[in-house]
Amino acid sequence: MAAKVLMKGNEAVAEGALLAGCRHYFGYPITPQTEIAAYMAKKMPKLGGTFLQAESEVAAINMVIGASAAGVRTMTSSSSPGFALKSEGLSYLAGCDLPAVVVNIQRGGPGLGGIQPSQADYFHATKSAGHGDFHMLVLAPNSVQEMLDFTFDAFDLADKYRVTVAILADGTLGQMMEPVDTTSKILGPPVDKSWALTGTEEKRKPNLVSSLYLMPEELEATVFERYERYKLIETEEQRYERYLTDDADIVVVAYGATSRIAQNAIDAVRKEGIKAGLLRLITLWPFPKKPLHELAQRASVFVAAELSMGQMAGDVELAIRCQKPVITCHRTGGVIITPEELLQKIREAASMQSPAA
Amino acid sequence: MAVIFEKTKGLTEATMHYCPGCTHGIIHRLVAEALVELGLLGKAVGLAPVGCAVFVYNYFNCDMAQAAHGRAPAVATGIKRARPDTIVFTYQGDGDLAAIGMAETIHAAARGENITIIFVNNAIYGMTGGQMAPTTLLGQVTQTSPYGRDVTTTGYPIRICEMLSTIDGATYVERVSVDTVKNVRKAKSAITKAFQTQAKGLGFSLVEIISSCPTNWGLTPTDSLDWMREHMLPVYPLGVFRDKTNCEASK
Repeated sequence: MAAKVLMKGNEAVAEGALLAGCRHYFGYPITPQTEIAAYMAKKMPKLGGTFLQAESEVAAINMVIGASAAGVRTMTSSSSPGFALKSEGLSYLAGCDLPAVVVNIQRGGPGLGGIQPSQADYFHATKSAGHGDFHMLVLAPNSVQEMLDFTFDAFDLADKYRVTVAILADGTLGQMMEPVDTTSKILGPPVDKSWALTGTEEKRKPNLVSSLYLMPEELEATVFERYERYKLIETEEQRYERYLTDDADIVVVAYGATSRIAQNAIDAVRKEGIKAGLLRLITLWPFPKKPLHELAQRASVFVAAELSMGQMAGDVELAIRCQKPVITCHRTGGVIITPEELLQKIREAASMQSPAA
Repeated sequence: MAVIFEKTKGLTEATMHYCPGCTHGIIHRLVAEALVELGLLGKAVGLAPVGCAVFVYNYFNCDMAQAAHGRAPAVATGIKRARPDTIVFTYQGDGDLAAIGMAETIHAAARGENITIIFVNNAIYGMTGGQMAPTTLLGQVTQTSPYGRDVTTTGYPIRICEMLSTIDGATYVERVSVDTVKNVRKAKSAITKAFQTQAKGLGFSLVEIISSCPTNWGLTPTDSLDWMREHMLPVYPLGVFRDKTNCEASK
């Protein structure tokens, strides 16, 4: 059995990146993600890599653009207010088709908000990370092990599809400690990056990394091509876990730390004879529409549980095409849903079931 | 037949889009010639700004990226850290570098980032049609200072070289102009020295080139050069503002 190491979620993110061969980290201090930077600051010099504390979040994401354009694995991390500042660079990364990994350890907002855990950047991550037509592939871990695993996987996904992959976690996952298996990670073969800026050595035509197209039809064509890749991602990469959903009348939909609370609540209501199950989302974009579509055929009521004012709930309604009622169980601003609150919502959902159903 | 003159291979065959009388064309050539003469063209990676030189990637015959407005020094930092063997340079105007990109400029210098910045200062935003820049002179009429730049509401022009001369991380900082043949030659020497500074691993170099904008200044090309000499050079005196290339050999 592999020896496990006790780590903070933030440290696991950093270790996952190092295992994936990331040697260029650019960041800026912000709570509750600073341990990622601290871990990188400690490890990178010994690995011959770059840890750079930038003058701003904006500069950090632009350094990521540079390193990615030069063809290396690179990342940045931040928390909500800082992550919003990265929007400019996230849009340019997409426009230039550069692979990158970005991590948002969310805290309460809007504004300076607070420093307690939140999931209120769901819209930002999944729908409008910056200006223009684009998406990031968004992964939502729910354990410290997954903080490491998903960050490791994120680099492969980013290279494979030439997109930005976001790890959307929260302060709970960033700060909590759990035993982690750091072994058994095998790097795949390097992908072709012949587009990278390495200097021509006067042996090939110059490479160009740009998002500028003044001819509308030309720009539209690049967006269409990108959306073909997005379509492929939507087909290939919808990730989720089902827990007791086979016979479920009530389906709780949750992701991240909230999904663990939901699992406890479901175990409790099952003892009361309520047939509840959990659909835990792993990718937030692409949104797991497939399992929701299936579950909508059988389940009576959906409960969307999240640490925001129902940002994910709308996507659940869309995915099931409003065929069944969706009620929300949410807290925000850094307040965590208690198992008891979710229990009450599931009981409420059970009472909504029509007797004929 | 002996070749007396030929176009540098550091420039592509693309036709430049600049206005008549604009000095970008001269500066492009100086940068390209310097890279070729130093044998660095094949190692060069350039960063295009947002501004008149946004299409500079069509003209330099080396790997290029187009950066967000003002962010070229940050993008350059990422490239240089990832590939220390490349010669990384940015080509930026005064709006890009001295307004929206001021933080990136100063901090790249403070870190002693081993990159070269070619800073073209013509005291105006050219691409967007002639608005006031941080470097616009007092009293200068622009689209957004239609009554002349007023010190009480818009403050003073920023002198980048003088400011960077106080930054310990900066290795080589010089201001030149391209208004006369003699000054063009001096500009070439400065650009060459900047690339040599980087090639030797000595750290941050910036060459500011006082340039003209006949279109947005509303002057003929020759009157523009006169205006540049008469009004800009007193505010932006030419010269070397920082040169630590001799004392940083061990850096």
